[in-house]
Amino acid sequence: MQGSVNWKPYLFGALSGLLLTLSVAVEGQFFGTSTTFPRFTTLVLDTVGIDLGFLEFYQVRDGNLTGAAFPNWQLLFVLGIALGALIASKLSGTFKREELPPMWVERFGPSVKVRAAYSVLAGVFAMVGVRMAGGCTSGHGVSGLSSLGLGSLFVLAVFFGTGIITARLVYGRR
Amino acid sequence: MSLVAGLVTGVVFGAFLQQGEVLRFERQVGAMRLLDMTIIKFMLSTIIVGMIGVHLLLDAGIAEFSPRDFNLGAQLIGGVFFGAAWALLGYCPGTALGAVAEGRKHAWWPILGMLIGGLVFALSYGFIQDYIMPIGSFGAVSIQEALGVSHWVVIAVFVVVSLGLFRFFERKGL
Repeated sequence: MQGSVNWKPYLFGALSGLLLTLSVAVEGQFFGTSTTFPRFTTLVLDTVGIDLGFLEFYQVRDGNLTGAAFPNWQLLFVLGIALGALIASKLSGTFKREELPPMWVERFGPSVKVRAAYSVLAGVFAMVGVRMAGGCTSGHGVSGLSSLGLGSLFVLAVFFGTGIITARLVYGRR
Repeated sequence: MSLVAGLVTGVVFGAFLQQGEVLRFERQVGAMRLLDMTIIKFMLSTIIVGMIGVHLLLDAGIAEFSPRDFNLGAQLIGGVFFGAAWALLGYCPGTALGAVAEGRKHAWWPILGMLIGGLVFALSYGFIQDYIMPIGSFGAVSIQEALGVSHWVVIAVFVVVSLGLFRFFERKGL
């Protein structure tokens, strides 16, 4: 053991497991966030008058994959995550304005444009990837593994395996 | 009612994520660089409690659920997309929102990318359904079905392996 153990990830992780159990018991809702992103995007496009209704995506389950599903449990859940993080960080004094992550700056330099370009491009791949995979770290990770899905176990292994290889390629050996 | 439940669940989960310190770029990339296992501790703690909880509900007849689908092709390709992008982003969809809320302004860029990714997914949905989803599609298969054992056997093994990992992480100071 090196110094004292930081119990926070264990404690708040376990409490999140209780929260998931309660949510399933009361509302029948498992956690998930990623479906809300394409729904939000299609809502924005509809609002500004761009009609993509001819796409197969818009026909699935009466438009359930698009903004037509709003407002729903998951949208409020996703917005709630931000609200909860804001409240908790303010109350605990851990709210911190940060222009760029120090670890990123160490590797890629202090340019916000470089970070923005990588982030937007990687963000596109991340969202297409999780929607193809059928869930993200909350959907497949927390909910999928809690319900003992073989696919979720496989997806998580691929997420972390690829992440570890990519991090090694990008950041090199420690 | 469902909307209120979603908001409340999200706020509490967001606070837990923030207090568990897993909303940070350094924690997520740190896990993929095998330097800092905070997010793994959090996730596994959530999953251990969550899987015991929801299966108690299942056995008691309070909740019914089936695991997420196992689609080998789509989950392999999507998983590689997400895993590689995650190592650059330092955030998954849910934690990006939470990170913005605790002051990390740079997390807006990954969110923008993921929203654009939502559009790219909508545009490519038909192609993915026709050509990628059929590759190795096994449906909602659970780990216990694949192994032919009780779900409690799988849960017991998962808990023992996780506790072993926790012990290893703490010994190595990860």
